[in-house]
Amino acid sequence: MQGLAPLLAVGLVDVIWMVVSLLAMFTGLSIVVLSLVWLERKALGRLQLRLGPTRTGLFGLLQPVADAIKLILKEDIIPNSSDRAIFWVAPVIVALSAFMIWVTIPATEGLVLRNLELGLFYITAFAVIGILGLVLAGWGSANKYGVLGGLRSAAQLISYEIPVIMVVVAVGMLAKSLDLRVIVAAQEQIPYVALLPLGMVVFFIAGLAEVGRTPFDIYHAESEVVGGPFVEYSGAHWSVFFLAEYINTFAIAALVVLLFLGGWSWPFDAAALAWLPSLPDIAWVGGLLSVIWFLLKVYAVIFVVFWIRGTFPRLRIDQLMAFAWKAMVPLSFYAIVITGVYLFYDWPAWTLTVMSLTGLVVVGYIVYRKMMEPARRIAEIKARQAAQVAERRASRQAS
Amino acid sequence: MAEIPTNLTANPPVNAEPVEMLLNMGPQHPSTHGVFRMVLWVDGEKIVDVEPHIGYLHRGSEKLCEGEQYHQVITLFDRLDYVANFNNELVYCQAVEKLMGLEVPERAEYVRVILCELNRIASHLLYVGTIGLDAGAMTPTMFAFRGRERIQSVFEAVSGARMMHNYFRIGGIKEDLPDNFEQLIAELLPLLREDVEESDRILTFNEIFLTRLKDVGTISAEEAIDFGFTGPCLRGCGIEYDVRKAQPYSIYDRFDFDIPIGLDGDCWDRHWVRVREMYESLKIIEQALEQMPGGEVVSSLGRRLIRPPAGEVYMRAENPRGEIGVHLISNGTDRPYRLKVRPPSFCNLSAIRRLLTDSWIADSVVILGSLDIVLGEVDR
Repeated sequence: MQGLAPLLAVGLVDVIWMVVSLLAMFTGLSIVVLSLVWLERKALGRLQLRLGPTRTGLFGLLQPVADAIKLILKEDIIPNSSDRAIFWVAPVIVALSAFMIWVTIPATEGLVLRNLELGLFYITAFAVIGILGLVLAGWGSANKYGVLGGLRSAAQLISYEIPVIMVVVAVGMLAKSLDLRVIVAAQEQIPYVALLPLGMVVFFIAGLAEVGRTPFDIYHAESEVVGGPFVEYSGAHWSVFFLAEYINTFAIAALVVLLFLGGWSWPFDAAALAWLPSLPDIAWVGGLLSVIWFLLKVYAVIFVVFWIRGTFPRLRIDQLMAFAWKAMVPLSFYAIVITGVYLFYDWPAWTLTVMSLTGLVVVGYIVYRKMMEPARRIAEIKARQAAQVAERRASRQAS
Repeated sequence: MAEIPTNLTANPPVNAEPVEMLLNMGPQHPSTHGVFRMVLWVDGEKIVDVEPHIGYLHRGSEKLCEGEQYHQVITLFDRLDYVANFNNELVYCQAVEKLMGLEVPERAEYVRVILCELNRIASHLLYVGTIGLDAGAMTPTMFAFRGRERIQSVFEAVSGARMMHNYFRIGGIKEDLPDNFEQLIAELLPLLREDVEESDRILTFNEIFLTRLKDVGTISAEEAIDFGFTGPCLRGCGIEYDVRKAQPYSIYDRFDFDIPIGLDGDCWDRHWVRVREMYESLKIIEQALEQMPGGEVVSSLGRRLIRPPAGEVYMRAENPRGEIGVHLISNGTDRPYRLKVRPPSFCNLSAIRRLLTDSWIADSVVILGSLDIVLGEVDR
């Protein structure tokens, strides 16, 4: 009982405050997911010569609400052969890890549920738990496509976890902290994308793989494993996975903004904005503006994610793993090394930019030419096709 | 209650000794292009062996033909390769015409060629869309379907139906083209060329698409011939064989067009051949529109009850999917005695075991997509 005493000493107000704030986070994130669903459908529609949703509400804004209601009202089918306990708990694990990440992601200086000094460590730690949920979902649904998808997700997510963590370490070294608020404050002058463009590219690509977005949507590939771990899920269970997927996408975009794009900090300092009519000097106005600025940045990053989805085909599992281990992991280690060198010798900031860009260009070039080979391939194919055409023309003239 | 058999097949494959997992793909898998079923023996993500199962769409079309009058059979041919209806109607009508020695009016021949080539483009556009889906890209489908929709609305104006047109007749076509056909096609062609170019640009040389398809599902020219490959699948192997050139039927000898051929016989080459064929079809349509004469569209014999003389005939034609053959035996009555179809999809599909063995699960989808099968034709 002695050990429990500090826990019991937590006041009633604290408990109520915790519950209320968690509920607020849940509601806020749900609204964000609704907006993301709408944005994705609309953006994809426009990319694909369609209109996207138009019928439900203004510009189809109520479409995600209609989707959600439909999903919740649908019958929740649990296959007879499934392992019921695992089948039930898997979506909970996935959603839990997705929501827990957000406990420590700040939307602005003051707007964070519980700021942790080891915030980034906490985030990467909880991101891994989601994998367990996916594997369990595949296994518990007693479906071979589910098993395949679950194992694919384990392989994929664990491989891409490494570059993500390594880049996070590099950023932590630059800011000398894992506290996200400190990291944003350190980018007041120059966002880290200018210092470490390599880091941002690696983090963004690996992040796409982390949340299973095109071109890395291998573990739930519709045309191959028919939804993978989610194949047997329906109704509310499935919508929990869906929710978690979008929250994760949002989290990756938010992390890109926080770690590399300066979070909620404006590109201009106060002096440059002096000509503007001065805002009423109320604390929450400035806070609200910075939240809006932060959200704008996040949605811009998310739009890129959707844009990529509307453009690219999907990689194969072996190409995906090769890309992770041959390109992403070395690049992320390189990011740590150059950051260390830069910090140790205390060189000027531009040296880090140069080293980072060099790594990006050199490794990018090697990847493009040697591993994926499409550039060489395209040239080679075009040359051979030209030779073939010439040969056929010659033989036709001869005959 | 009868015990459910645990082994899905009577003869397990010989080279699948340590059977890791048996994966049933289809008939309701989203990328088996209809109701095709494959039983895959997989070792992790690698396919050890595959057993294809067809017949889920079997309607007994060949037998049904024996009970129908010659004109009524056309509707059955519409339903074989339901993506290329006009091409199917053409080969059947030509088989009967050959048996009867019937002369087809010039104008009818030109109309047939124009519609068939439009249908070839529509079919290949559908292929571009589905291979995009198989490789995981959603957008090419929408791009390709725009062009396909445009073609289909012209078909609707001509025949009254977007699919299953029932427009060709033995000895010609049902009725003359609508009055505004020239305007329709003049509007269609530039847009269609744009659509074809766009669906070419969005996929063909895309890096990820190329890495997914190049050196996947490779088959040598000799093997392809042994399997009875025809159409883009055979030409992808670098063999210049197109019935329109090798044994010109209808009026195809009057047009100037090329036969695109591939380099290595892999999925990407098959894709490339199909994309290039769309440009060639556009060329043929433009030439045919220039040369098209006026006049009758159906010979007077074709308007009567068809009673070909007893005998048999074999007619082949180039469908979007390959060479379609019709073997027709007549005993002098108003119904065919026997009608055998050689469907290109069926012969191309026969290599599925050879192509899928030792490939990845993800590749199986792409390979099947690159064969571009239509189950209505495979099962008949």
